[in-house]
Amino acid sequence: MNSIEVKNLSKVFGNFISVNNISFEVKEGEVFGFLGSNGAGKSTTIKMLCGILEPTSGDALVGGYSIATQPDEVKKNIGYMSQKFSLYNDLTVNENINFFGGVYGLENKLLKDRKKWVLEISGLEGREDTLTSSLSVGFKQRLALGCAVIHEPKIIFLDEPTGGVDPISRRKFWDLITDLSDKGTTVFVTTHYLDEAEFCGRIILIDAGILIAAGSPKELKKEYIKNKVIQLDCSDIYKAAEILEKENITDSISIFGNSLHLTMKEQIRSLNELEDDEIKIITDLLSNDNDLKIYHISEISPSLEDVFLYLVEKKTADEE
Amino acid sequence: MKNKILSITKKEFLQISRDKRTLMIIFILPVALLILFGYAITLDVNSINMGVYDKDNTEASRDFINSFSGSSYFKIVTYVDNDEDVNKLLDDGIVQCVVVIPDKFSADIARKEDVNIQFLIDGLDANTASIILNYVNAATRSYSAEITKEVLAVKGIKQYVPIDLEPQFWYNKDLDTTQYFLPGLIAMLLIIIAVILTSISLVREKELGTIEQIRVSPVTSFELIIGKIIPYLIISLVIAYSILLMGKVLFDVTVKGSHLFLFLGTMSYLLASLSMGVLISTFADSQQVAFQMSQLISQLPTVILSGFVFPIESMPFPIQIVSNFIPAKYFIILLRDILIKGVSPEVYGTQILYLLGFAVVFIFLAARRIRKENTV
Repeated sequence: MNSIEVKNLSKVFGNFISVNNISFEVKEGEVFGFLGSNGAGKSTTIKMLCGILEPTSGDALVGGYSIATQPDEVKKNIGYMSQKFSLYNDLTVNENINFFGGVYGLENKLLKDRKKWVLEISGLEGREDTLTSSLSVGFKQRLALGCAVIHEPKIIFLDEPTGGVDPISRRKFWDLITDLSDKGTTVFVTTHYLDEAEFCGRIILIDAGILIAAGSPKELKKEYIKNKVIQLDCSDIYKAAEILEKENITDSISIFGNSLHLTMKEQIRSLNELEDDEIKIITDLLSNDNDLKIYHISEISPSLEDVFLYLVEKKTADEE
Repeated sequence: MKNKILSITKKEFLQISRDKRTLMIIFILPVALLILFGYAITLDVNSINMGVYDKDNTEASRDFINSFSGSSYFKIVTYVDNDEDVNKLLDDGIVQCVVVIPDKFSADIARKEDVNIQFLIDGLDANTASIILNYVNAATRSYSAEITKEVLAVKGIKQYVPIDLEPQFWYNKDLDTTQYFLPGLIAMLLIIIAVILTSISLVREKELGTIEQIRVSPVTSFELIIGKIIPYLIISLVIAYSILLMGKVLFDVTVKGSHLFLFLGTMSYLLASLSMGVLISTFADSQQVAFQMSQLISQLPTVILSGFVFPIESMPFPIQIVSNFIPAKYFIILLRDILIKGVSPEVYGTQILYLLGFAVVFIFLAARRIRKENTV
C-alpha cells in the first residue's frame, strides 16, 4: 500500500519554478530518500507534503488525505523534523516534551508513556530538568525526533535531519530511523549525505525541481553507472584531472576529498576486457609527467555520489 | 482545542519567566515613561517671565505692577529704562512679555482719563501667548475694577454690576492639563508595550524556526494566535493597573466611574493592541524589523491622531476620518469618561464594541495570512 502518492506536483514562486511536475509513490513502512542539491526544491516539496504550503498545481495523497484540500487532516497524521531541530532552547527537556505532547493533544497516561519513550530513545533519562540549550547536538537531534513523533504518526518527514551532527550520533540516529521503519512507520527523508542515502530502501533524485532518477540505490547504480569507476590517489589531483580530460577516455571525472573518481568510457572497455589495462592506460598517461606521483589506483564499486554527479553532469551537458 | 491553546500559553509563560531581563524592562519601562511624560507634557502656563518698563515710577504705577507680581502666574524678572532694552529682552528670550507704563499713568488716573498700557507679548508660541494675554487682561480688568470702586465710593455711589459671570469648570476643576493628558499617555504606553511584546515573540519563533514545527502540527493559526495572546494579555493587564496606580499616587488621577467597565475597556483595548502585534509579525522577518514596525505603527498614530494631544474636532475632515482607524482614540474617550468625568457607562459603552471590532478584524487578518502564505 502507498503511504504517499505524488501526482504532477508543481510549485511556482513568481517566475521561478521550484518544483516542476514531479510524481512518485512511497510505500508504507519504507525509508524513502529524497536527494538533491541545495535549492533543488527538496524543502519546498516537503513543505507541500506536510500541508503547510499550497501546491500551484497537482496534488499528493499523504496517509490518504489530499494536501491541497485536506491539509488539516494531513497534519494530524504526520511528524516533521527539520535540520533546525525546532526545540525551545530556553525550556527544559521535560517542558519541551510537554509542549509538543500538548500540541498533539496528548494527555495524562498517554503523555506519560510517550514521554518515557522519548526520554529513552534520546538517552536523556534522568536529565529531564536540563535546559535544552545546554544539550549537545546529538542529544538535541534525538530529542527533536522524539518530539516530532510523540503522537506516533504513520508517516514522518525528516528534512536534512543529520546536518551538523557527528558521525557517531548520525549512526545512532539512523538506527532509530530503521527501528521506526521496522515498526511500520513510513520515513521520508532528505539528505545531503549520499552515504546516508544507502540506508534508504528507495530514493529519488531531483535537480532544479525536476525528477531525474528513481529506484533503489542498487538499481540506480546498475542503471546509470555501467562503466568502470576507478579511484586515483596522486600527488596533484588537479593536474591529473587536466591530463586525463584531454584524452577522451572518461565519461566524468569527479573529485572526492583527496582522490579522483574516474568513470571510464565504454569504448575502452570493449577494446580490452582486461581490467588491469585501464589502470595501465591511466598509469602510463600520468607517468609522462615527472612531477606527478601515483599513490594508489584501483577499480571501485560506484557509490550513489557517482550516480548523482553523473546524472547532474549529464543533465547539464544535455541542456547545453 | 483548549488543550492546544493552553500548551502554547503555558510554554510562553515559561519562556517569559526565564527571560528575567526582558521581564524587568516590561515592567519598569512603562512606569518610567509615565513619570517622565506625566511631568513633562503640560500645557499649563505658570510663572510667566515678565519685564517692566515703568516710565511713570509713582506709587500708583508700582501698585499696578504689584498686582502682577503678587499673582503666581507672573514673575517679574527685570526692570529696564529705555526702549532698546525692551526689544533686547524679548529678542533674547529673557522674558515672555513686557509691560510699558506711560509717564502720565498716575496723573491720568487722577484726572480720570483713559490710560493706555502697552503689553508686548512674545507670540512665537501662539498657545502660550494667548494664555498670557488672557492672564494680563484679567489682571488689568480687576485692577481697573478696584479703581472704579474707589472712585464711586468717594462719590457715595454703590457699584452696580448687572451681570456677574461665575464660571465653573466641570470634571477637571483646576484645568490641570496632566489630568487631561494622562488617559492618552496610558493608551500610548499600553499599545507600544502590547504590540512590541506579541510581534517580537512571534517573529523570534520565525527566526529560530520553531514556528515551522507548530505549523506542521494540528494547531490552527487561530489557536496559535489565541495561545500567544493570552499570556501577554495577562501581563499587560498587570502593567495597565500598575500604571493606573502610579497615576493615582503621582498625579492624583482616580477612578471616578465604573471599575467593571474600566476593566472591560482596558481588556478590549489590549486585545486590539496585541492582535495588531500578531498582524505585524506576519509582515516582519526579523526581530529588529518587527520592533521598528511596531513602534512606528503603534506610537506615531497614537500620539498624533488619537486625540491624545491634539483635539480630533479641530482636525481637517479627511484626517478626522483617518483618526477612526486608530484604536487608541476609542480607549482615550473611554478613559477620560471613566477617570476624569466619571459619567455612566451608557455614554462610553460603545467604545468597547469598537475596540473589540479592531481585535476581531486584526485576528482574522493575521490568521488568514498565517494560514494562506508561508509567512509566520
